[in-house]
Amino acid sequence: MASAKEEILQRIRNAKLPATPETVRGYNRTGEGGVELFAERVADYRAIVHAVNDVPEALQRLQGKRIVAPQDVPPEWLIDGVTWLHEPLTIEELDQADGVLTGCAVAIADTGTIVLDGGEAQGRRALTLLPDYHLCVVRADQIAASVPEALQRLEPTRPLTFISGPSATSDIELNRVEGVHGPRALEVLIVT
Amino acid sequence: MARNPVTWLGSPTFPKAAKAALNDTQLRQNLRKATGTIRGRRAAAVAEMTDWEMLRVAGEQIKDDVLARLDTLLLQLEESVTARGGVVHWARDAEEANRIVLDLCRAENAQEVVKVKSMATAEIGLNEALEAGGVHAIETDLAELIVQLGDDRPSHILVPAIHRNRSEIREIFQRRMGVEVSDEPADLAEAARVYLREKFLTTKVAISGANFAVADTGSIVVLESEGNGRMCLTLPDTLITVMGIEKLVPTWQDLEVFLQLLPRSSTAERMNPYTSVWTGVTPGDGPQKFHLVLIDNGRTATLEDSVGRQALRCIRCSACLNVCPVYERTGGQSYGSVYPGPIGAILTPQLVGDMHDPLAASLPYASSLCGACFEVCPVRIDIPSVLTHLRAEVVEAKGRTAESVAMAAAAWMFASASRYEKAQKAGSLARFLAKDGKITSLPWPGSKWTSSRDVPAPPAESFRTWWRKNRG
Ligand code: SF4
Repeated sequence: MASAKEEILQRIRNAKLPATPETVRGYNRTGEGGVELFAERVADYRAIVHAVNDVPEALQRLQGKRIVAPQDVPPEWLIDGVTWLHEPLTIEELDQADGVLTGCAVAIADTGTIVLDGGEAQGRRALTLLPDYHLCVVRADQIAASVPEALQRLEPTRPLTFISGPSATSDIELNRVEGVHGPRALEVLIVT
Repeated sequence: MARNPVTWLGSPTFPKAAKAALNDTQLRQNLRKATGTIRGRRAAAVAEMTDWEMLRVAGEQIKDDVLARLDTLLLQLEESVTARGGVVHWARDAEEANRIVLDLCRAENAQEVVKVKSMATAEIGLNEALEAGGVHAIETDLAELIVQLGDDRPSHILVPAIHRNRSEIREIFQRRMGVEVSDEPADLAEAARVYLREKFLTTKVAISGANFAVADTGSIVVLESEGNGRMCLTLPDTLITVMGIEKLVPTWQDLEVFLQLLPRSSTAERMNPYTSVWTGVTPGDGPQKFHLVLIDNGRTATLEDSVGRQALRCIRCSACLNVCPVYERTGGQSYGSVYPGPIGAILTPQLVGDMHDPLAASLPYASSLCGACFEVCPVRIDIPSVLTHLRAEVVEAKGRTAESVAMAAAAWMFASASRYEKAQKAGSLARFLAKDGKITSLPWPGSKWTSSRDVPAPPAESFRTWWRKNRG
């Protein structure tokens, strides 16, 4: 008896589909972009956005809190007065933290999206998932104008998380309600 | 061969189920409110895009290319997933897929698994198969949880509990979670968060579907809102992803089209809150065992039909349901399948693959051919044309039946609010749908149908009676 794989492939070949013409990519590959548009779009999701010059100063808001931070965030982010939690961390420790501070890989102005790829200043995926508050620092040069531009900048085989606002659901009468399983508060610092 | 669980065992044909649904005013109110809201918001989200039509054309072309090269692309996907430490399994039908997943759960000694909402696993009846094998699957998507706790069936692709309003959801949660909760959506969401938190933190195996799989990189993509997807895709040790063989895109670049089309079409957002992308296994981050189960379950047979195959372009956005006047009035459960609405009317009969099956044969008539579905479809599936094509197949298989004639007339009436209200006021709607086994008095111009012929009506047993008898 043929294996499932062979049989499925054979059935596909038997259908004998004609080749298709090349895809016409007549849609916009770029956009106006910019810090302002990004900030506006992030705020539309009811995330909190600030444009800042001085990150350590802006981080004063974390005073007195227990905050998870990947080991490789810029050292000046680790200000005094905050209890910084670093890896290795258990799931329980992450769950009990007050929040998490990270950078990002890319951001998208058009859609107000932040993308994490587990690279510099981001840590593994669980870090930004379990704490109920996520503070993300975005540099102006990380903001791509459009979705196509952002995908071009990303390495697809890294574990990627696209974040557009805080956790939400539309499952009750199709209205968006913020706050289910992911962080219920998202705050974004745009460094200009 | 085992029956395809894409249709629910013992479901009545569409006209019978629809008739009962029409008597349910609460259901109609819930649906009108929910679909009305989302229709307006989708239109606004789409209007913002000056290049929307070009994105739709690209979406159509990319998916057609996938179908044309499906064998090569599947092999490419298998190779790239395997190279990154994943294991790929192939399943001809639901039974085979369910057995593969059950065996994988058993190999991990899992008695409980967490699940991200997935149409593919609903289509193959995975939860029931796992339960029979001693593995309990916990649905973690809010709407799926509402359906699961309410011992209910889904009625919408994206929001399976769309037929429930907030006070009904509150009642289900109080009863099944044993907690006091208000009917505020935020409180209901909080109750779900608390209920599922510990499950997320302790369960070792997760099962997901996939929105897209990128053939050239092996990357799998899941779009979601709540973060339950991220929980399942990140915390457990083992991840099993089940996807239909048509869910591919050839290259990473192609995703730029679908990541724009899907969120605006489905939840009317510029972007959904969370999208996860992973490729095989990443050491030190997320599940260290990854299995990908590719299912056929009627898809290759659908591929053979040159008109019908475009249904395989579907990206399950649910926009066609939200604009469909027939869906709005009859509700999703009337379609007797996990795929309701316009896409269900063309996909379900093709996956069943037997026009002698009474339910499958009734579905192509669950439409007035008004064309709204085609206009919103992000991958330009010409649903009305496929419906007409499938009706011809039904007639070829069964001849013109009483039900099909009655349903075509009824669907025409459901399609227009004014025709429908008029018929309802006149009390003629119920009458034309069932009177002494004959349909005698359709309001004009449905009366064109009845004046020329006496049509036997569907038997009078209501869906609710049937439901009680068969599921109670
Ligand atoms: S048929 Fe088109 S509109 Fe309907 S769910 Fe599929 S992709 Fe969306």
